[in-house]
Amino acid sequence: MSFVRKLLAIDRRIIFLLVGLGVVLPLLHPLNLPVTVTPRVQAAYDAIDALPPGSKILLSMDYEPDIMAELMPMSMAVLRHCFRKHVRVIAMTLYPAGTGLGERALTLAAKAEGATRNKDYAWLGYKSGFQVVMIGIGENLRGIYPVDFYGTPLDSIPILRHVNSYRQMAMVVNLSGSSATDYWIQFAQGRFHAPLVVGCTAVMATDYYPYLSSKQILGLIGGMKGAAEYERLLDVIGDARRGMDAQSLVHLIVVALVITGNAALFWSRRSEGTGP
Amino acid sequence: MRRGPLLVTFLSGFAVAALFFIPNYRAQTFNNKLLEWTLVVYAFALILGSISLWTNHARKVRNRSEGWAFSAVTLISLVAITVLGIWKGVGEDTPVGRIYSTVNSPLASTMFALLAFVIASAAFRAFRARSVEATLLLATAIVMMVGRVSIGPLISPHLPAMTEWLLDVPNLAAKRAIAIGVGLGAVSTALKIILGIERSYLGRS
Repeated sequence: MSFVRKLLAIDRRIIFLLVGLGVVLPLLHPLNLPVTVTPRVQAAYDAIDALPPGSKILLSMDYEPDIMAELMPMSMAVLRHCFRKHVRVIAMTLYPAGTGLGERALTLAAKAEGATRNKDYAWLGYKSGFQVVMIGIGENLRGIYPVDFYGTPLDSIPILRHVNSYRQMAMVVNLSGSSATDYWIQFAQGRFHAPLVVGCTAVMATDYYPYLSSKQILGLIGGMKGAAEYERLLDVIGDARRGMDAQSLVHLIVVALVITGNAALFWSRRSEGTGP
Repeated sequence: MRRGPLLVTFLSGFAVAALFFIPNYRAQTFNNKLLEWTLVVYAFALILGSISLWTNHARKVRNRSEGWAFSAVTLISLVAITVLGIWKGVGEDTPVGRIYSTVNSPLASTMFALLAFVIASAAFRAFRARSVEATLLLATAIVMMVGRVSIGPLISPHLPAMTEWLLDVPNLAAKRAIAIGVGLGAVSTALKIILGIERSYLGRS
């Protein structure tokens, strides 16, 4: 068997090993590659940065552990930014398995920035029904969430007094890996005119470019890259910036594999006289 | 027998659509009441789903069908988490919270992370420049993959600008066209359901 044929029939375990090394090595020995900030993430950062201290935002962390690698660092970055600016955060999730992640993000970010529960942030937890919850918050927050995640009535939580709909919230921030974002755009922004910032997985980001250009969303944080850009704007080195080194190397490995595969196929056909 | 569900669907769909455009206090109060009912329906759907999960997996365990051990694990987990959740709560420092952080979260992340390995292998074997269209797709994918990560600007300072153009011009045009198509499709499907033309949600007759 020729070298080219052998290359085309390469054992998939070798590819797995290459990808594994591409992920592990940069995490063990960071390359500290530079992160350039794109206009979309800058717009998201500027929108939150422009909020006056004491204003309240609704942060919906609509994701589960499968995509936490992308959205957890994003949540941390947005939360840390809000806490630094003394912007109060009313956090919630539309996914049952998202409660653990949301609570963890709030606890870690609060610890890092010295924020306090019920004074700087409130954790409402999970509620089922995407559209119903979004419309319900616009009409009467207490109808949807009579108590917070820990069973405390909303009126007993200092930052939630006098807050009962989007009208009392300066902004809605949605971090999601699903169609929840579409509904936030349709209902929170479209129907109730709440200013909206979106964060989503990298693969979803292009779906929301039209809403960005139509100004229906103020900023867009896409995937781990977006989270890394946000971390750079905050001047912190978090999981996203550390993860971008691994992602860069794995992308290069995949590109090298695709080019090698095509070159091998080309030479193989040429030597057999079936190619161009 | 099916007139009841069809009538409920028609009235609910028509009412919610109409109430959206009526800025009257009483109309909006009624709309809020409808929304609260929807939450109750969601809660019942959750109970129905749990019963269905229990019935299906219990049958597999009883009949010792293929993979019955996995069904047994599902049932034990369902009961254990429900009991622990009701008994000890579901916060971060509870048994449910710890199981979530040490079992559920790493397992779900691992399953998703395996995609990177599968995609790399599949890209090597299947991503071929066999036609002009496939070559265009291949070239675009390579520019995007390299240009969108931190190492891109180090390879070529023009790569980020190229990726931005690809995202802002061809991508945006295609996404807008798709969004308009999907929107029209959603309106047409909703109308078909409200008017009783589309009845597949009622199940088999």
